Amino acid sequence: MAKLVSLAEGVAQLVHDGDVVALEGFTHLIPFAAGHEIIRQGRRDLTLVRMTPDVIYDQLIGAGCARRLVFSWGGNPGVGSLHRFRDAVQHAWPRPLELEEHSHAGMANRYVAGASGLPFAVLRGYTGTDLPRHTTNIRPITCPFTGETLTAVPALRPDVTVVHAQRADRNGNVQMWGITGVQKEAVLAAHRSLVTVEEIVDEWEPVPGQVVLPGWAVTAVAEVPGGAHPSYAHGYSVRDNDFYRDWDAVSRHRDTFRAWLDEHVHRAGAAA
Amino acid sequence: MADWTADEMMTVAAARQLRDGTACFVGIGLPSTAANLARATHAPNLVLIYESGCLGAKPDRLPLSIGDGVLADTADAVVSVPEVFNYWLQPGRIDVGFLGAAQLDRYGNINTTVVGGDYDTPKVRLPGAGGAPEIAASCGEVVVIVRQDLRTFTERVDFVTSVGYGTGPGDRERLGLRGGGPRVVITDLGVLEPDPVTRELTLTHLHPGVTREQARAATGWDLAVAEAPAATAPPTAHELAVLRALEATKSDRRRQ
Repeated sequence: MAKLVSLAEGVAQLVHDGDVVALEGFTHLIPFAAGHEIIRQGRRDLTLVRMTPDVIYDQLIGAGCARRLVFSWGGNPGVGSLHRFRDAVQHAWPRPLELEEHSHAGMANRYVAGASGLPFAVLRGYTGTDLPRHTTNIRPITCPFTGETLTAVPALRPDVTVVHAQRADRNGNVQMWGITGVQKEAVLAAHRSLVTVEEIVDEWEPVPGQVVLPGWAVTAVAEVPGGAHPSYAHGYSVRDNDFYRDWDAVSRHRDTFRAWLDEHVHRAGAAA
Repeated sequence: MADWTADEMMTVAAARQLRDGTACFVGIGLPSTAANLARATHAPNLVLIYESGCLGAKPDRLPLSIGDGVLADTADAVVSVPEVFNYWLQPGRIDVGFLGAAQLDRYGNINTTVVGGDYDTPKVRLPGAGGAPEIAASCGEVVVIVRQDLRTFTERVDFVTSVGYGTGPGDRERLGLRGGGPRVVITDLGVLEPDPVTRELTLTHLHPGVTREQARAATGWDLAVAEAPAATAPPTAHELAVLRALEATKSDRRRQ
C-alpha cells in the first residue's frame, strides 16, 4: 500500500540528486507544488522527463535542478516560448542543459513501453524529419511480418514519477479524472512514484471517465490542496490562465525570475 | 479602408477550408481560433480533436491551451494521450491536420524546432515537435495557417520538424507517409496550394488589397504564382462578428 506522507517527506525520500524524474500532467493536473518542493530541497543533476515541459520545468531549469531534459514540446501553451529553457539552451544559464528531443507520439509510446515491461515501443513516426539525426534514441525497425520499416523508441523507466490527482483514499488508491494525459503510464513505467492529491478521503464516489491507480502500484501519496496551481484539478479548480500569461514577463529576465523564485518558492516554503 | 485586419482575413480564409462533418486535429493558437470559427459558422458538425485527448470538443470560448477544462467538459470522449496518438491519429482516422509553422519552405516542410546556428547551439530555440510530425504524416490532409514574411517563408527550413512534400514529387510515397500532406497554406496575404505535378506551393488566391508583388516580396524563394490568382472573398459581416466574439472570450482574462 502507498505510504501517506507530507510533501516534504515524499520528495526527500523519493527524489534524489542525479535521478531520472518525470513530472507528468498534460496541461491539467501538473504537480507544481511538488516541483517547487524539489527546488526548495535543492536537488541537482536531475534528468527531467516530460512530454510538455512548460512553466513547471522552466522553473526547475531556471533554478538549476536539471542537467538533462527529455521532452517533446517545450513552450508556454498559448503564450509563447519558455525563457528559462531558452536561456539554458542558448546561453547555458544557470548551467548547460542537454536535450533529448522527441515527438509527442514517440514520448507517449516510450511511457507505454515502460509501463508494459517492454524494452522499446514501435510506431509510425518521425519518418523524414530531422529528429532521428539528433536523437540517437530514434531508430528504424523492420516489421518481422510485413517487412515494413517502422520506428522504434526505447522504453522510458524514470527513477521516480510525480503526478497530481484529485483524490486518494487512506490506502493510497488514487482517483483522477478529466484530461488524464499520460499519468497512468508514467507512474507504471517508473521505479518509484509520488502522487500529490487535492484531498485524502475515507471513501470516494466514482466519477465518469475516472482513472484509478491502485495503492499497491503507488509508492507514496501526499495531500496537497491546490498542488496543481496554476494548472488545475478538474472539479476543484480552474486553470489560472493569467498566471501563464504573466509568466512570460516574470521569466524573461534572470533577475525577475530569481526574485519570483525567492518570494514564491523559497520563502513560501519557509512560511509553510 | 477595409474594416477588418489581415489576421482576421487569414483566420476567416482558414476556417473556410474546413468542411462540415470532418474530423480535424487542432493545434493551439491560430489553428484553434480558425477551427472554432468554422464550427460556429458553416461547419457545426466539425469534430475538433485536441492532443490532450479531447475528441469532439465543443468549446464556447477559445481555450488558451490544448488542455483547458472547457475542452474536456464539452468533448464526446476524453481519452489518454497514448490513445489519441495510437488509436486515433496513427491509423488515419483524422481527416485534417491543422498546423502552424515558424518556418516553411516551398514544399510545405515545417520547422518548429530551432532557427539559426546549429542544433546544439541554435540562435533561437523554439518549442519543438509536439504532435506535429505525426499529424503531418498521418492525417488525410494538412492545412497550414501562418503569417507570410521573409523570416518564415524560407528557401530551406533550418530543421525539418514536420514533413510536407520533402524534396518534391514522390517523397511522401518513398517515406511511407500515409496522409496526403499539405493541401493548402493560408497566410495573411493569400492562399498557396501545391502544384499537382511539382508539389511546389503556388500562390492561387490573393486576399483583397494584396498584390502578387507583395506576396513575392514576402517569400524567401522565387514564389510560383498561378496565371490568374483568384481574389479571396472578403470576410462577411457574420464571419467577422463571430470571430470577434470568439476573440473576446480569449481576452476576457478572468473568465476561465
